[in-house]
Amino acid sequence: MFANLAERLQDTFKKMRGKGRLTEADVNEALREVRLALLEADVNFKVVKNFVARIKERAVGQELLSSLNPAQHVIKIVHDELTTLMGGSNSKINLAPKPPTVIMMVGLNGAGKTTTSAKLANLLRKQGRRPLLVAADVYRPAAIKQLQVLGEQLKIQVFAREEQQDPVAIGRAAVEKAAVGGFDIVIIDTAGRQEVNEELMAELEAMNSYLQPHEILLVVDAMTGQTAVNVAETFNRRLELDGVVLTKLDGDTRGGAALSVRSVTGKPIKFAGVGEKLDALEPFHPDRMAERILGMGDMLTLIEKAQENFDAGQMARMQKKIRSMEFTLDDFLEQISHVKKMGPLEQVLGMIPGLGGLKKLKDIQVDEKELVYVEAIIRSMTPDERQEPERVLNGSRKRRIARGSGTSVQEVNRLLKQFEQTKKMMRQLMDMEKSMKKGGKIPKMPFFN
Amino acid sequence: MGFFNRLKDSLAKTRQGFVEKIDTLVHRRKEIDEDVYEELEEILVQADVGVATAMELVENVRRIVKERRIEDAAGIKPVLKEQIRELLGTGNMTINVYWQSPTVVLVVGVNGVGKTTTIGKMAHLYKMDGKRVLLGAADTFRAAAIDQLEVWAERVNVDLIKHREGSDPAAVAYDSLQAAKARGADLLIIDTAGRLHTKSNLMEELKKIGRVLDRAMPGAPHEVLLVLDATTGQNAVNQAKLFGEAVGVTGIVLTKLDGSAKGGVVLGVKHALNIPVKLIGIGEGIDDLRPFDVEEFVEALFS
Repeated sequence: MFANLAERLQDTFKKMRGKGRLTEADVNEALREVRLALLEADVNFKVVKNFVARIKERAVGQELLSSLNPAQHVIKIVHDELTTLMGGSNSKINLAPKPPTVIMMVGLNGAGKTTTSAKLANLLRKQGRRPLLVAADVYRPAAIKQLQVLGEQLKIQVFAREEQQDPVAIGRAAVEKAAVGGFDIVIIDTAGRQEVNEELMAELEAMNSYLQPHEILLVVDAMTGQTAVNVAETFNRRLELDGVVLTKLDGDTRGGAALSVRSVTGKPIKFAGVGEKLDALEPFHPDRMAERILGMGDMLTLIEKAQENFDAGQMARMQKKIRSMEFTLDDFLEQISHVKKMGPLEQVLGMIPGLGGLKKLKDIQVDEKELVYVEAIIRSMTPDERQEPERVLNGSRKRRIARGSGTSVQEVNRLLKQFEQTKKMMRQLMDMEKSMKKGGKIPKMPFFN
Repeated sequence: MGFFNRLKDSLAKTRQGFVEKIDTLVHRRKEIDEDVYEELEEILVQADVGVATAMELVENVRRIVKERRIEDAAGIKPVLKEQIRELLGTGNMTINVYWQSPTVVLVVGVNGVGKTTTIGKMAHLYKMDGKRVLLGAADTFRAAAIDQLEVWAERVNVDLIKHREGSDPAAVAYDSLQAAKARGADLLIIDTAGRLHTKSNLMEELKKIGRVLDRAMPGAPHEVLLVLDATTGQNAVNQAKLFGEAVGVTGIVLTKLDGSAKGGVVLGVKHALNIPVKLIGIGEGIDDLRPFDVEEFVEALFS
């Protein structure tokens, strides 16, 4: 529906090329698109209103930078403002001067408190802490068991008192245990409710006043709609939150809730849950979130992932090869193994701006199993064949390769064709990068040319 | 207290937020001008209806107001109500009962929307209705999901088919179906692990469950219910779309409707994909799952 704000803004501004200054009418038209994009991303209505008003103030009458066209200019302002609004990256936990540090996880049912508690414990342990998980959700059937199972998987101790129905008492006993048992972090998984109601708030307030946690983290589902504001407001008013954890960010939600929550509480979003595995909790990146809300993909994450998996020397060598069109099937094979290391292909593709829109992704549909065949086919070739397939390969060689890799000649042909296409695509990407460098000003938006 | 009143009560917040705004809007102004429509759209958007759907609804209202020559702003509300009723009130809104037992219901959705709880309540609902219900614990992924469903099975007093945690969910589904046939169950409800609709491997797993069921009993599952959390925003449309592509969603269960959540996204889902709401969860109690009734829903929303 509103796949790409950038593209739409480009359209809006097509008619007003060559202007040196943004007029109010220009800005209004652009902001209509921005407003729709933000609303489609589930940013709360009131938050959008204020935000758009601020942008307008900043944008009207501004002189255009020579390197940017009007659309780019507005996007830059929107992007900057959004990033600022979402706050600097701060994923530090307030540590108690005298351990143990008590962390209380709060939130509605289904936001992901229990899983996030376990993930946080895992993360803190990696940083050299000794966390104790506390099962204080005495309502949901099997919630305690769930935390125990997760604790077992992580080999992190879980404190539970199944016969005890009072979460305050459980919390107290846990803190005592932590003090004697040498735990320096106590993470309390509290009960949720379906809605923000008095009963829940009273219970959490009691825990807050008796246990005096050093950190209260609100767990919010990134897919939450307009209600995110009410939820965050209430929790913050009653408990004085220290931060927010955004969960289920690994889906395709734009996650406008992040902006809503941030702007009504003023509290930093400290972590983001990005997968089902217990190490899938990351520090929150406001700039990336800004791009995501605007539907601009997550280029930075992709770049970072690529950097993790390619070393610089390799990259340079590969680039040179691509530029000189010396890229061979051997290199292709190497690339495949790197790409595989970067994570599920669909995830990788989803991070490329413009590909983030589901519709386009559908057309690509990378089947990871296909890569296995590709590898098998290339491995069935002789070094010569890998170097110059178009020159060396004939019918009988192709038949041999097909037999060797357990595929068919058609599949071998298809691979060769794909390889040629890939080569071309890489060239294009390379050119894009070059023009991006020329533009210089907005390195995070390589899709503008 | 009848169901109508209960629903009204639990939708009180929704009503306050939603209808009062419309009321103040309509009562404040006597004449209909552009601002009235704009504010109407804003109110719908705030209820998570989604911009596209909201715009279209408002366009329809605008057209009808013109056609019927409505001049007083107070006449707008009934028109909007009518539009919402028209949008939600089409399609098969009951649970498909297969002519031959068991009717197989597969329950799917993203993480944390309340699938397991919904199944517990559903088992209760149909057991009270005199049906022989069997549960299949095919969420073998989430820690303690099986235990959670087991607690519900005990509470409701129905049988449960389970394997070990981490086992193949399709195998659980198959065994459940065989057991349902052998025990003469009327209704088999299969729980599945919460999965984000964007994870292709997990969606493949779901497809496999569908294939296995269809092979064991052609035509099964007869009903695929997508559980949606009423607090969810526009992503619900993507969820419905992708789950639909994988296993053919036949209905929506809207949960957590008792919250301040407005659940307006079902309008968006119906509008975009024409998937009807079949059940709604209006509270945390065992009785708090009800067949969806458009009249009651819209009435409660607007009364």
